[in-house]
Amino acid sequence: MNKIAQSVRLWFAPQRVREEGNTPDYRFSLANERTFLAWVRTALALIGGGFAVDQFLPDLAWGVRAGLALGLLAAGVLCALRAVNHWVRCERAMRRGEDLPVSRFPTLLSLVVAVVAVAMVVVVLFGWESG
Amino acid sequence: MTAAVRDPGLQPERTRLAWRRTTLSATVVALLAVRQALHSGATPGALVAVALSTLAWLGFLLVAHRRVVALGTARPPALAPRGALTAALCTVALAAFAAAMLF
Repeated sequence: MNKIAQSVRLWFAPQRVREEGNTPDYRFSLANERTFLAWVRTALALIGGGFAVDQFLPDLAWGVRAGLALGLLAAGVLCALRAVNHWVRCERAMRRGEDLPVSRFPTLLSLVVAVVAVAMVVVVLFGWESG
Repeated sequence: MTAAVRDPGLQPERTRLAWRRTTLSATVVALLAVRQALHSGATPGALVAVALSTLAWLGFLLVAHRRVVALGTARPPALAPRGALTAALCTVALAAFAAAMLF
């Protein structure tokens, strides 16, 4: 819990990232930034999927639709927040000359996407439509 | 700013295009949000939702624009954490509106 609080404090205190270590080659920082943007696009795609489930599947029962949409939206939010966190951690690791942080998040995200996809298949096969 | 110090890998340009792609994704999501809000007519609540979605989208555009301008030099400085956080929070805000409009 303390670690989470510490990294959240780091998000809001930008100058503290620059206080330690040496500034890495600007190309590494830019590559890190592009990775961050790729994750933000992933988050936006998940959120767009959440909107799309709600808007373009009006025949689904409300509970199924809301459940799928909320799952996608929650994944999008997690993805966006994690993008910032991972970016800060990578930036700090590069400044300190440490190894880049490893992460379980890609696996978790793929599992969530797989679960949503299976749920969609089940919904389509069994036709859980409202009345 | 001479051609000699310019990175042959075009990293600043690639990063600028990555920002462009990301703003396009954000635009699509914002449009979906507006479509969702106006689905049940232009009620006061719907207009508030449209305004908030537009605000989140504009926040994203502002961060992207400032960053794209900063990337116009040969050796651009690293992204400021505040910019990264603002972009992520605008994304989260759009998700929050989507969740709110489900009910």
